[in-house]
Amino acid sequence: MLSFLFSRLFSTLIVMLGVVTLVFLLIHLVPGDPVQAMLGESATSVDQEVLRTSLGLDQPLLTQWQSYISGLFQGDLGISLYSKNPIIDMLWERLPATLELAIAGLLVALILAIPLGSIAALRKDGMYDNIAMVFALLGVSIPNFWLGPMLIYLFSLTFGWLPVSGNDSLLSLILPALTLGTALAAILARMIRSTLLEVLNEDYIRTARAKGLRESAIVIHHALRNASLPLITVLGLQLGTLLGGAVITEIIFAWPGIGQLTIESIERRDYPVVQACILLISLSYVLVNTLTDLIYTWLDPRVNYSA
Amino acid sequence: MLGHWLPLQPNHITLPNILEAPSLTEWLGYDDLGRPILDRLILGAKTSFLVAFGVISVSLIVGTLIGILSGWFGGYIDLIIVRIMDIFLAFPGILLAIALSGILGPGIENIVFALSVVGWVGFARLARAQTLSLKNRDHVLAAIALGAKTGRILRYHILPLLLAPLLIEATFGIAGVVIAEAGLSFLGLGVQPPMASWGSMIKHGTSYMLMAPHMVLAPGLALLLIVLSVNILGDNLRDRLDVHSR
Repeated sequence: MLSFLFSRLFSTLIVMLGVVTLVFLLIHLVPGDPVQAMLGESATSVDQEVLRTSLGLDQPLLTQWQSYISGLFQGDLGISLYSKNPIIDMLWERLPATLELAIAGLLVALILAIPLGSIAALRKDGMYDNIAMVFALLGVSIPNFWLGPMLIYLFSLTFGWLPVSGNDSLLSLILPALTLGTALAAILARMIRSTLLEVLNEDYIRTARAKGLRESAIVIHHALRNASLPLITVLGLQLGTLLGGAVITEIIFAWPGIGQLTIESIERRDYPVVQACILLISLSYVLVNTLTDLIYTWLDPRVNYSA
Repeated sequence: MLGHWLPLQPNHITLPNILEAPSLTEWLGYDDLGRPILDRLILGAKTSFLVAFGVISVSLIVGTLIGILSGWFGGYIDLIIVRIMDIFLAFPGILLAIALSGILGPGIENIVFALSVVGWVGFARLARAQTLSLKNRDHVLAAIALGAKTGRILRYHILPLLLAPLLIEATFGIAGVVIAEAGLSFLGLGVQPPMASWGSMIKHGTSYMLMAPHMVLAPGLALLLIVLSVNILGDNLRDRLDVHSR
């Protein structure tokens, strides 16, 4: 178990180092001179040199990489070219909104998927099953940048029930969370249905039925519990899609999170901030995935650690 | 694709028709500049498929090549390539493509590049897995025993057998690329006006949603239909091929 833990953490570290390197190299992909691109045509050559030195772009690539990494360890992500604030402070300021949105999206997905998937499995091939699976198919196919505006049109502009954008109240969280969570809900509902169908054929379910247990107790205590293991894996993997989708959702609803900061910074050519945002989102994704893996092996004693 | 030969006027501005709702003469209505939405939709389809074709071709070729090499040679080469693939997979969704096209600037070539950087990994993983299972097959062992060169074995004994699953993956990949391109264009990172993209049409339409919801409705439904058809096709294929789910 311990050697599995170490090898898993070691490969996570390598992937994280790779992610950091790739993000570090991003700024060197800017066509032409990155300093000129960031400052614009009108900047004087003195300004350009000052920025070049402060970003370390006049140093050899390896030295730049080393100082980027050592900066990361000290929590120093540099200064925003636009606002002149430390980037780390900007991330801290925006992170809570993104976390709030991601958690709300996850909750929406679970609240929709668990009943939808379970009842579909229990009433296999019935009318409810068909309706639920059509919903799931629509859910995975609908692009979130279209679902969002449609929800706004329906619930904000037509009925006037919910605010169009912003995050001042819990009400304003509903539409963004629905936009973000629908695709995940659809994926999870299909998965819960298929896992439950498998589990419901197992011997221990037959035993539970033979004991005369109520159907609801069988489903909740025996079937759903065993079906929850694959659910955790899928949830961990899909959290990345959720984080990626949060960028678009934040733009639709003017949600002041990391995603909005990313796009704003791209528009302002504030590339150090873009780098930091991408880094934060991907590193959290890597960490969540590793955590999911570890939780899974811990929960399921049948997993082979040597694998 | 046929749009090229149709008498379309996607950039023709008719001021009296601004924001006009769909009618019998103009099925999908007009946008905020008085341009016919149906014509723009067809032009947008061209953009989508151009990008999809470019991205899938580049990803398929690069991914297959890397995957075969990784699976065939094994050892350190395989280890390094697998690690590199893990690193690319660590960027959730289209985040890396957002960063790349944001930094490279808008334009169709940059979108193709950005989405290919994200797209090759899927093909490489599939090609690697297939090569690993193929390289111990009898016909390959026979070719090695007969002294065939590595290049010849890969080209004539491995590649033809890989092609079917890779092409299936490529077909389903098209829907993903169409969505991703529209997503990037929605964020303003895609093709620039006057070129049309379904994503930028949706984004543009959101400003006029109260007066002209058809501006958002038409491109969104087009996207939904494409993805829905590919997903239904995929579901049916899986049901037919997978004995377990019966």
